[in-house]
Amino acid sequence: MSSIVLALIGIAMILTGYLLYSRYLANKVYVLESAAVTPAHALNDGVDYVPTNKYILWGHHFTSVAGAAPIVGPAIAVIWGWLPAFLWVTLGTVFFAGAHDMGALWASSRNRGRSMGALSGRYIGARGSNLFLVVIFLLLLMVNAAFAVVISGLLVSTPSAVIPTWGAIAVALVIGQALYRGWASLPVVSVVGVVALYALILLGDQVPVSLPETVLGLPAASAWIVILFVYAGVASVLPVWVLLQPRDYINGLQLFLALGLIYASVIIAAPDIVAPAVNSAVPEGTPGMIPLLFVTIACGAISGFHGMVSSGTSSKQLDKETDARFVGYFGAVGEGLLALGAIVATTAGFATVSAWRETYNEFGAGSVGAFVSGGGAIVQEGLGLPETLSATILATTAILFAATTMDTGVRLQRFVVQEIGEVMGLTLGKGLATVIALAVALGLTFGAGADGSGGMLIWPLFGTTNQLMAGLTLSIVAIMLLRRGRNALVVMVPLVFLLAMTVYALFVQLGTFFSDENWLLFGLDLVILVAAIWVIVESVSAMRSAKSDGPDHDWATEIQRERSSAGTESSGTAS
Amino acid sequence: MTREPEGWVPPGAGAANAAAPFPGVRAWLHEVFAGRYRHTFARAQQDEEDVVLMLVLSESLGVPNPMSFYAVELMPVVYDRFHAWHRRIGLHRSPLDRISCC
Repeated sequence: MSSIVLALIGIAMILTGYLLYSRYLANKVYVLESAAVTPAHALNDGVDYVPTNKYILWGHHFTSVAGAAPIVGPAIAVIWGWLPAFLWVTLGTVFFAGAHDMGALWASSRNRGRSMGALSGRYIGARGSNLFLVVIFLLLLMVNAAFAVVISGLLVSTPSAVIPTWGAIAVALVIGQALYRGWASLPVVSVVGVVALYALILLGDQVPVSLPETVLGLPAASAWIVILFVYAGVASVLPVWVLLQPRDYINGLQLFLALGLIYASVIIAAPDIVAPAVNSAVPEGTPGMIPLLFVTIACGAISGFHGMVSSGTSSKQLDKETDARFVGYFGAVGEGLLALGAIVATTAGFATVSAWRETYNEFGAGSVGAFVSGGGAIVQEGLGLPETLSATILATTAILFAATTMDTGVRLQRFVVQEIGEVMGLTLGKGLATVIALAVALGLTFGAGADGSGGMLIWPLFGTTNQLMAGLTLSIVAIMLLRRGRNALVVMVPLVFLLAMTVYALFVQLGTFFSDENWLLFGLDLVILVAAIWVIVESVSAMRSAKSDGPDHDWATEIQRERSSAGTESSGTAS
Repeated sequence: MTREPEGWVPPGAGAANAAAPFPGVRAWLHEVFAGRYRHTFARAQQDEEDVVLMLVLSESLGVPNPMSFYAVELMPVVYDRFHAWHRRIGLHRSPLDRISCC
């Protein structure tokens, strides 16, 4: 089957979902009103609450939610064949992620733009917000550990990407200074920065750098992991204009370029998909597709992380409530399309099915490495670039993408550590909180396997936690819908499916870790399982009392009533 | 007084260059560069201004401040910000008797 046909079918499915299903959700379920007062207008403070044009808001929402996860997840999951991954990504985006992301935006904007943490306190009970803190701590822990492993794996497997990866940091530092000190204008800096980055890619391609087999007694992959964590720790405490802002900027431009290169190559090369639709001969030791598929691909199908972004920042910037459809649902669409691209690269970028099987020789073996070699082969065929150069471009793109996620992840984990400290009555400084955040992530990474080999075991656990987070958000949305007497099935069905798969997957993994005698991950799995059961118990009891609790107190409606009754006092916006 | 939620605008990306070629491209680049961090800078600015606000109003808040005599001059400037501040911390009405901004 031609990859272009598959991509077109996928795009058509997802876009149809946006055109039809999101309209149904907007009109009949969430009942978005263009006249409803949004938090951005009522509480405009010029900082958190700022009415923002919906296209610009979509851009910020999408860049905040998109990371390397929608690439890594599908790149691992195609081991069961392209069809299951394809169906889960397309149907998941349409019926799960869209409803979830848009629902989170709506729920938050009807509640003064408060975050999911605050909402779980309100709708689930006093324990709800602590439960939320536990889940988010686990989620960020997994993100940081899993991405460190992904990046270090790529640095070892593609030594030519080492120079551009670390050189990009120097480029970002120089760009930051150039802009801050007014040495050059933004367009000039952008061109120079991108040219410098590609020069580094060319240089790296000529001069591959490999660490010695062991560094201070650590295998190369582990040494990279330590270096990455040290870097992420330093980056997360520097003032953002010094490194993170210029780094995000240059990465964004490079990503834009690289995606252009990849799409152009796919269209020119039009490679055929070599991987089987359903892999009947999965390598030994591969866990069952049900339930593992549904936790291996989280971002790209449904991801709890989106609910955090939706309720944390995006909901405070909605200009009109009806914009939630575009910002929330189309944000999920963007992520789904990224995952679709990863499926194409990892199933069509191989010469023969045996070459594909060679790469996917055990569970977790393909991963982002398959994306780099598969995508590299497509770029080579499409644009005629040398093989190694294509792979270097792909690897650098994937690393920069993943590193941005990791930088942000460590930064967010620091805030969560500080918040947990507050709950426990401790005040933690910036430095100490960062050290704690790094120490737990490093502990998990090494505990899973000292050479980073066990690191990929963390990936399904990351998916599980992410789905748990989504479950928590969906139950809050469901409670709000129940209390308004609306059709809650649209979120209840995904919710039940998701929690069932999550718990099932946790039990399956529990068995695997037990037989592998991997006690650290076994313990972690147990903790997540307890959190999952906690989520289920709390949300079931909150839903059972939802009907008797009567109609929900709706902030937006109340503001509207207040304004119409007291015309003179309607100056809700801060000056 | 209105504060632009711009945060830090990089030199060369401002109005001075509006007449330069490709204003659309420039605006797009600027949005990519500044957009995601606008909030961070606005928050930092707000924190600093809150410190100034506290220093100017410290006598009203019950904290003796030898500089109050000199800070009186700043009172008209902080009135508007004071209203924004008390709303931000969740108080609908002014918490100070001497300032009746709403």
